[in-house]
Amino acid sequence: MNPLKLWSAIGMLVVASSAGDILLSAAMKRIGDLDAIRIQKGLLSMIGHIVREKLFLVGLCCLIFSFFCLLTALSWGDASLVAPASASLTYICSAILAKFVLHENVDRRRWISAALVCVGVLLLVK
Amino acid sequence: MKFKKIFIYMAVACCNGTGDVLLKRGMDSLGEIHLNHWTHIFNAFVNPWIILGILFLAGFFYAYLTALSWADLTYVLPATALGYVVTAFLSRFFLHEFVSPWRWAGVLLITCGVGLVARGPSLTERQITETALAAKEQHEPA
Repeated sequence: MNPLKLWSAIGMLVVASSAGDILLSAAMKRIGDLDAIRIQKGLLSMIGHIVREKLFLVGLCCLIFSFFCLLTALSWGDASLVAPASASLTYICSAILAKFVLHENVDRRRWISAALVCVGVLLLVK
Repeated sequence: MKFKKIFIYMAVACCNGTGDVLLKRGMDSLGEIHLNHWTHIFNAFVNPWIILGILFLAGFFYAYLTALSWADLTYVLPATALGYVVTAFLSRFFLHEFVSPWRWAGVLLITCGVGLVARGPSLTERQITETALAAKEQHEPA
C-alpha cells in the first residue's frame, strides 16, 4: 500500500482527534464530576447535561471525522501499526495543546512520558 | 477513589484496544476502500464485527468522558495509550498479524510512559486549590 496515502490519512486523523480531545476535556471540566451528577440526578439528566454543552458537540464532530479517517486507514494498513501510530501521535499533539490551550500543568514527569511514547511510536513503525 | 481510578484506567484501555482490533477484523472482511468508491465505507455499518467494535468504542467513550470530568487530559490520555498494548497482543493472537520485536519494544516504552504519568497527580495544582477552596467555603459558610 502507498505509504504516502496511509500517512496522510493518519495525519488527518491525528489533527482531528487532538482537537476533539482538547474540546471534550474543556467541556467535561465545565460540566463537573459525571459520577456525582449521575448519582444525584440520574443517567438521563447526566446525558442531558453533556449534550447541551456546545464545546462537547464541536469536539464530538471532530472525533466523528477522525473516526472515518481511522476506518479508512485501517483498511489500508495493519491494525498493530495504524492504531498505535495514530493514537500515540495524537497523544503528543494533545499534550502540547493541553499545555498551551488548556493551561494544564504538564510537568517533567508528563514530558518524559510523552518522550517515551514518542520513541515507542518510532519503534512501532519499524 | 484509588479503586475508581484504576477501574476507569482499565476500562479505557481494554475497550479502546479491543474496539480497534474488532474494527480491523471487520474492515478486513469488507476489503480495501477506493477513494473513487468512498461511499462503500457505509457498508461498514452492517458488518457484525464493526458493530461489535463500535459498541466497545462506545464503552470506551463513556469511561473516557467520566475520567475527563475529574482528571487532566494529559493524565487520562496515557490510559488510552495502554490500549496499544492490548492492540498489539490481539493483533498477534487474534488477527494473526506479524508483530516484529521492534514493535514489541515500542509497546514496552509506551507502557513505561503510561506508568510514569499514572503515578503522578491527576489534576493540575491550580484546579486542586480551587476545588479545595470551594469545598472549604461550603463547610464554613461566611
